[in-house]
Amino acid sequence: MSETALSTKPSTEVIVLKPSRGWISLNLRDLWLYRELVYFLTWRDIKVRYKQTVLGAAWAIIQPLINMIVLSFIFGNLAKMSTDNIPRPIFTFTALLPWGLFSKALSDAGRSMLAHRGMITKVYFPRLIIPLASVMGGVVDFIIQLLILLGMMLYYHITPTVAVWTLPLFLLLTLSTALGIGLWLSALNVLYRDIGYILPFLTQIWLLITPVAYSVKEVPGHWQLIYALNPMVGVVEGFRWALLGTQNAPGPILAVSVGISLFLLITGMYYFRRMERTFADMV
Amino acid sequence: MTDIAIHVENLGKQYRIGAQLDSYRTLRDSLVDAAKWPVRVLRYGLSTRVDTIWALKNINFEVRQGEVLGVIGRNGAGKSTLLKILSRVTEPTEGYAEIRGRVGSLLEVGTGFHPELTGRENIYLNGAILGMKRVDINKKFDEIVDFSGVEKFIDTPVKRYSSGMYLRLAFAVAAHMDPEILVVDEVLAVGDAEFQRKCLGKMSDVAQEGRTVLFVSHNMSAILRLTQETIVLENGLLVYRAPSPQAVDFYLSSGFAQTSERCWQADEIPADASPFRPIALRVQNAQGKVVDTVRSAESNFIEVEYALDAPISGLRLGVYLMTMHGEPIFTSFDTDDQELYNRFGTRPAGRYFSRCVIPPDLLNEGRYVLGINASTFRVRRYFQDEHALAFSVDGTGAPGMQWPELRFGLVRPRLAWHIEELAQ
Repeated sequence: MSETALSTKPSTEVIVLKPSRGWISLNLRDLWLYRELVYFLTWRDIKVRYKQTVLGAAWAIIQPLINMIVLSFIFGNLAKMSTDNIPRPIFTFTALLPWGLFSKALSDAGRSMLAHRGMITKVYFPRLIIPLASVMGGVVDFIIQLLILLGMMLYYHITPTVAVWTLPLFLLLTLSTALGIGLWLSALNVLYRDIGYILPFLTQIWLLITPVAYSVKEVPGHWQLIYALNPMVGVVEGFRWALLGTQNAPGPILAVSVGISLFLLITGMYYFRRMERTFADMV
Repeated sequence: MTDIAIHVENLGKQYRIGAQLDSYRTLRDSLVDAAKWPVRVLRYGLSTRVDTIWALKNINFEVRQGEVLGVIGRNGAGKSTLLKILSRVTEPTEGYAEIRGRVGSLLEVGTGFHPELTGRENIYLNGAILGMKRVDINKKFDEIVDFSGVEKFIDTPVKRYSSGMYLRLAFAVAAHMDPEILVVDEVLAVGDAEFQRKCLGKMSDVAQEGRTVLFVSHNMSAILRLTQETIVLENGLLVYRAPSPQAVDFYLSSGFAQTSERCWQADEIPADASPFRPIALRVQNAQGKVVDTVRSAESNFIEVEYALDAPISGLRLGVYLMTMHGEPIFTSFDTDDQELYNRFGTRPAGRYFSRCVIPPDLLNEGRYVLGINASTFRVRRYFQDEHALAFSVDGTGAPGMQWPELRFGLVRPRLAWHIEELAQ
């Protein structure tokens, strides 16, 4: 028995495998140990997404551009909703940035557990990584779209306000919301396959109740706080404020949205962990 | 004092099975169930009326550090479930297991491989999934590529690989995992002879290096070669633990009928065997009597009785003969002969037997194992039982029996010898 064969020092920690009951810890330590896997899964998703396509990464730009054109037409030319004196394309495109990240989480994260059933039934790793990597995969698209947006702003001679330094914070808020909803949906989808079917429908409705193509001002005053229960409202308004300076610093609306977002995230993580024990058996 | 690497106490795993074998539910099902709940309580009381099976129950064992333990048992005995629990893929329902050391599991090769990525990229991806750090993968990259033998194609997408290359690469990554405890499930079941040889070689290296290994296999020679002790699982219970030669012997000869006949009950036949239904396998001596021991020097019979619930075309029913070590001796199908093959192209529904004659002076003394297989060539396998029946051969009347010695070898032919003195 040669000692040199074991190149890493043998760990003396003991792991006990026993049935868990009820709510269990988030096990963030394991998540940290497996952080490289998040990177690799995200990298794999991005690499594979655009391989063998002719347009490659250009798809990351084309989709929101088309969205922007269609929404601008419907909400602008047809419904004639206001955009706070900002050129409509910029107004809509700014909101489409966080929306893209969120809707990717809705669809991809929701299905991610089922898509990775091969890995889940054969190897151990913290299962939280799967929806997490799925959400992170949208960040690259986000960055590409941000560059395009900055280009557009240059063209329209709009300079970002001094509040632009808060943009990373709003990105974090988007990620938190996306991850929160992603965790809930992915865990539920393993149990109830209906979720997979209602995702496209859910995405559509959610788009309409988020002020992507219209301004929050269109919502009557007394409804605004209830409206802000949709965490994406705070996110979108925050983005617009940071980049374009649409209004006073978003106050109560943002507070409500941040609260809901964190609530979704934390409850999502706990619910996911609680259901984790059944995943390998049910997926 | 040697440390205990794995300690398993009263481990059990329960699965739900039901009229609908789907394990997932739809919201509709949940709602309907919720609505029916009051009615169910009235009729059956508050006890839950779910059908469950215990895939594992009351499993207790320990593995010392550096030990190589084999795990054998029939299909469905609970071997894979045990490995899944020890690999943390699934949770036990009761009991617990204590693991000291990092566990690397090889439950399947190529987990996470993506066809669009190159071999190089998949090595990193698969390595990360198996828990290897990027620095480790960097260090071992050349070794992995070398072991796999796909150096020339390392930068081509894996979807272009042949299945052999794919397996070799996947195994190469897994083989360099370097965990303290290695848990392996049947990976030798896939791949060609060359691949299996390489797998066995690598696993034997790993065992030599002093790692703890838990090895599940149906390949008795591999079990005997690699493991020191073996546990036998049967219907979710741990029924035997012994040094490997004894455990293998126990497994191969246990559970069979006392006379050399094996009958299959309805619940032993998987649903996908239909319309083929095996009834019995028996060994008969020259007089046609069903016995446990036959004579080497006499003709003996192997008979399979079965029923077809619907006509089957191209069916061939075969027997495998093996030693107690699992070494194969021969395979023979009832339609091997051209004339029978033509005559029985399609077998209509009904009850049949297929009987073959074992020629006299073929088998040496010893104990043998029979398996049966009902299939259509390259299309479908209806039923297979690799270790269905054991029987003994005794040497009465065989050539050379005037000397009481045990001859080596599987065959005991009566060769025609000619002795002549040469003229000066």
